[in-house]
Amino acid sequence: MKIVRAITSVAVTIVIAAFVVAGARPAAAADSIDPDADFKAFRDYFTKRFPNVPLNDFVNGPYSMDAELRKQWEAIDDFPPYDFAIDRGKQMFATPFKNGKSYGDCFADKGIGIRQNYPYFDLQSGEVITLELVLNRCRETNGEEPYSYVKDEMASLTAYMAFTSRGKPFDIKIPNDPRALKAYQKGEEYFYTRRGQLNFSCASCHVQNPGNHIRTEVLAPALGIVAAMPIYRSEWNGMGTMSRRLVTCNSQVRGVPLKPQDELYRDVEYYLSYMSNGLPVSGPGTRP
Amino acid sequence: MRTWICLAATLLAGAAQAANTEVDFKTALAAAVAAEQDAVALKNQWIPTEQALAAAKKAAAAGDFDAAVAQAKQAEALAQASIAQAKEQQTAWRAGVIR
Repeated sequence: MKIVRAITSVAVTIVIAAFVVAGARPAAAADSIDPDADFKAFRDYFTKRFPNVPLNDFVNGPYSMDAELRKQWEAIDDFPPYDFAIDRGKQMFATPFKNGKSYGDCFADKGIGIRQNYPYFDLQSGEVITLELVLNRCRETNGEEPYSYVKDEMASLTAYMAFTSRGKPFDIKIPNDPRALKAYQKGEEYFYTRRGQLNFSCASCHVQNPGNHIRTEVLAPALGIVAAMPIYRSEWNGMGTMSRRLVTCNSQVRGVPLKPQDELYRDVEYYLSYMSNGLPVSGPGTRP
Repeated sequence: MRTWICLAATLLAGAAQAANTEVDFKTALAAAVAAEQDAVALKNQWIPTEQALAAAKKAAAAGDFDAAVAQAKQAEALAQASIAQAKEQQTAWRAGVIR
């Protein structure tokens, strides 16, 4: 009986996959990597689909899609639930490591007002460097234990750093280096690749269905989706980082998540952040 | 003659329904684990596969090899589906890209 159920499950998955792929937007010959063209198409898609949403409002995710939800958010934001994380992050940021150095020594401009430049592609190491990654590398370089990438201290540190960048436009660069273009493309591929038993891609929710509901949740548009990170999420009853968001997205479609800060997660953050160029940092944010 | 045929049929049916053994479980588990390793290589494991593998091992530890074999076979089927999905998506992802 269980074998029959498994076979049925497989068959259903294949049928859904075939159905969805058949219904998907036809692609042009797409082997070349052209971030500028992708950026324009991405922005056009969302602004044409949601002509009444001001461009900068996309960073507010589901609140830009649903008026009632927005009212609730505005009421909540009188006393933002992420405030404690900003305060804690500020204190942590100012506290020296045991060797006397501090987080500010690991960043340009002492780490203040720089969130909009992350992630970036490091030409020396040939990899995408996220804010979370560099914070932990900073700790390890200075003889401290790394933090969990998904919440608690890491969320507090990134909340404070995002807060010092609020309103600054994302400025993600893709150097003219084949490794950087490859990382960008791998991020794009990850974003559009269906995975998990439910056969969803990131795009299934955040490109094809922003504004629609999954159960009680209003789905956020992919445009500007990174801008509010880290977020206080009621579902989590606490703060979570970009890593936490990616891990839970994978789990929700019944896929085994990658490790936080896996190269592919960093690549998809790179891709999405590039797509957010010009939009203001709004983090830390609040989500249902 | 008819009696012998009936007896043989009864014995065959009984054999077909014989309880699974630890050897059957180990064979089924090995196939499931091998498939899941392929899914790992493709970075596309499914949570239900992991759950079925855990359930198979738990049933085997309790001595219920029928359930253990059934769970292991389910895990293998799920792993194969995740492999098929990953291979199909190696090119199909492009169809969803905004152009």
